[in-house]
Amino acid sequence: MVKLDAKIPDGPMAEKWTRHKFNVKLVNPANKRKYKIIVVGTGLAGASAAATMSELGYEVHAFTYADSPRRAHSIAAQGGINAAKNYPNDGDSVHRLFYDTVKGGDFRAREANVHRLAEVSNLIIDHCVAQGIPFAREYGGYLDNRSFGGAQVSRTFYARGQTGQQLLLGAYGALSKEIKSGGVTMYTRSEVVDVVVIDGQARGIIARNLVTGKLTRHTADAVVLATGGYGNVFYLSTNAMNCNASAAWRAYKKGAAFANPCYTQIHPTCIPMTGDYQSKLTLMSESLRNDGRIWVPKDKNEKRAGNLIPEDERDYYLERKYPSFGNLVPRDLASRNAKLVCDAGYGVGPTGHAVYLDFTDSIKRLGKDYIQAKYGNLFEMYNRITDDDPYEMPMMIFPAVHYTMGGLWVDYNLMTSLPGLYAIGEVNFSDHGANRLGASALMQGLADGYFILPNTINDYLASAELAPVEAGHPAMIEAETAAQDKLDRLLAIKGSRTVDDFHRELGNLLWHKCGMGRTEAGLKEALEKIPQLREEFWKNVNVPGSADDLNQALEKANRVADFMEFAELMVRDALHRSESCGGHFREESQTDDGEALRDDENFCYVGAWEFKGVDQEPELHKEALAFEEVKLTQRSYK
Amino acid sequence: MSDKINITVKVWRQNQGEEGRFEVYPANDIDTHASFLEMLDIVNEQLTLEGKEPIAFEDDCREGICGCCGSLVNGKTHGSHEQTTLCQLHMRKFEDGETVVIEPFRAKSFRVIKDLIIDRSGLDEIIAEGGYVSVKTGKAPEAAGTPVKKEFAEAAMDAAECIGCGACVAACPNGSAMLFTAAKVSQYALLPQGEFERTQRVKKMVNKMDELGFGNCSNEYECAVACPKGIDVKTIARLNREFIKASFTKG
Repeated sequence: MVKLDAKIPDGPMAEKWTRHKFNVKLVNPANKRKYKIIVVGTGLAGASAAATMSELGYEVHAFTYADSPRRAHSIAAQGGINAAKNYPNDGDSVHRLFYDTVKGGDFRAREANVHRLAEVSNLIIDHCVAQGIPFAREYGGYLDNRSFGGAQVSRTFYARGQTGQQLLLGAYGALSKEIKSGGVTMYTRSEVVDVVVIDGQARGIIARNLVTGKLTRHTADAVVLATGGYGNVFYLSTNAMNCNASAAWRAYKKGAAFANPCYTQIHPTCIPMTGDYQSKLTLMSESLRNDGRIWVPKDKNEKRAGNLIPEDERDYYLERKYPSFGNLVPRDLASRNAKLVCDAGYGVGPTGHAVYLDFTDSIKRLGKDYIQAKYGNLFEMYNRITDDDPYEMPMMIFPAVHYTMGGLWVDYNLMTSLPGLYAIGEVNFSDHGANRLGASALMQGLADGYFILPNTINDYLASAELAPVEAGHPAMIEAETAAQDKLDRLLAIKGSRTVDDFHRELGNLLWHKCGMGRTEAGLKEALEKIPQLREEFWKNVNVPGSADDLNQALEKANRVADFMEFAELMVRDALHRSESCGGHFREESQTDDGEALRDDENFCYVGAWEFKGVDQEPELHKEALAFEEVKLTQRSYK
Repeated sequence: MSDKINITVKVWRQNQGEEGRFEVYPANDIDTHASFLEMLDIVNEQLTLEGKEPIAFEDDCREGICGCCGSLVNGKTHGSHEQTTLCQLHMRKFEDGETVVIEPFRAKSFRVIKDLIIDRSGLDEIIAEGGYVSVKTGKAPEAAGTPVKKEFAEAAMDAAECIGCGACVAACPNGSAMLFTAAKVSQYALLPQGEFERTQRVKKMVNKMDELGFGNCSNEYECAVACPKGIDVKTIARLNREFIKASFTKG
């Protein structure tokens, strides 16, 4: 039975975290080595948490399905990382970053968590600079900043268009240091296939060695999931090919509540889709919106190439509708407006599902060299993929699934509703509400891993009764057997459709029914179709090869099987939340001028679902959201 | 506008613990806008439906940054288009009717696991010797207290762009990991934060490289040509300077 206790500390907002650190129970330095912690995933959150907890003295075992911890998809984040340093002297503060994040999330995040995030943001920059991360600098040698959507200050630190790569390599360096010192035992090419619960506590995992296919049992005193988001449920997204929701989903099935699964972020600036063969979508950093102007032709029948359309025949629709933020409105608004103009028939390109992102004015004003220095690698990437030269021809962009704000429900300590199981980074739900602002994912991942979890996990370890558990415990063996059975069942079907074929169909359904615009009728239709598709999957999927070998088709099938279940929860959540907020746009709930209309009276809560069986309805639990500091208002960026 | 082409792929197939061989498959009706890996996806769908095992290959981000992908295409790492990873190579670079030969990266220290998948864990072992600054979380001073000359920060970033794909090792006639190691050594040699471990770092990383059986550098420069991120061969000169200096320094 799930009970939601957010454990938000008492006291004024700005003092909660400091007080909490004093009030939590500590594990004395000599005792830390007696505790074993499993960390699943080695992206920003996982690698930083594993390294930091090892530095503190815990015995850490870290798992990644990749060949190296350095491959995690945090590496692909381009634009930057936010912090409240106020180096540009433009009025930033911890309070402003907190305020912007709560507002940007459309008032569906937990205030206390967001404030803590803003507080530790500055420590992250200090730490990453000390690690030797080559952030962009000004001629005087000091750190440079740029602006991102949803903020009117420049608080984003960056390393060219590869900020995620540099921060991840920093965390990977820290992790490597701890692997070398023996504090972290690293398991590469190891996928976690189940979480094991003993006496109501998370006490271990079942992992599959992806080279030999062998399942192994690992016990621990606490398990930390840092496994990222569920964006790949849509098949096409900007996520890496292997990103999946399986570890989180297995945790949900073992008793951890899943919060706000309908909050998905569709990123406005991606390279448009071109054909069925497409395996993923490529993001172009939001930082491009600093200097690029978004527009469509005023004439639906426009046939000329973008660079030949005269100025007065263009509709710069974001600048027109949102004069004070212009092209830098938050992501949800930028995406939805692109959809609106395309749905109305103004879209460009061969499919009509694209809008222009144009640098002509910036190149005129600042020079080609300046634009090249700032965005060279992004322009090059665009050129490589599309064969068009963005210095000559406006880029074509369209929104794509990018990030998921929903995730495992966690309390203030980042513990899920399953005692001993923690969720950090994108896999938890906590900080971004219904819409994440740009450059905040890196901030959250590193905040959780470097500074928050290592200061909260001790509270549980020091107070929980943790009886010794052996790998031979019946619950461990049962979980291993169940995992093996599932793999064997998948291999035995030998049907006539490939895993990708099923995944594509599921994704396509979700994109149209649970994507940028959602309706009651559409969601109900999806809710009917998903179980049918799942049933067909289990009867007709073709998974070649064996379970005792490196078998990528089997890995995929095992993940898609979970997506087939997860999708239903996502749609169910979207159906129940009949308000619009952030990335969740219910077409029935909009203002007169087409903006998302929240319903604070009925929906000012976190919706956390409890598993009741695969073909059973899950139970909804509500954590009411109280706004003490930021006044609940209709969000406006006009 | 996109076109369709028909090609033939000749692919290295190797089961675990067995000897490898080439197999030939048709890849028909391939959209020229598709990426190389998307072409392999299409071949794999077809193999699966024919009841054969799909080709195992490593990939993840498919946007040229994770460093997972990489194979020899017609004998060249990542297909040898300037600064392009295999996932970013598009089929418009190939001719209709062409036969394309695909093999795993070949190097003494890269064992083939299956088909095109290789074991590159040696690169992680080199990093573990000192490819970082040993700062524990919480120790750092205020960031603005350590200014860095812009040109050094930029040069450090040039070196830090390495994605660890291993193409440099595969392209080197000696199977050396010099460019990979030099990139990391350079990043920290150029920054004040790297100063305190400077001597130990280069010694340990180079020694580990030797210990793992990566070859020596004989200035062929194939690595820099192969590098999908354009890591400059000058980083190797810097590593050599650092190593010689370190040999005369205690500690």
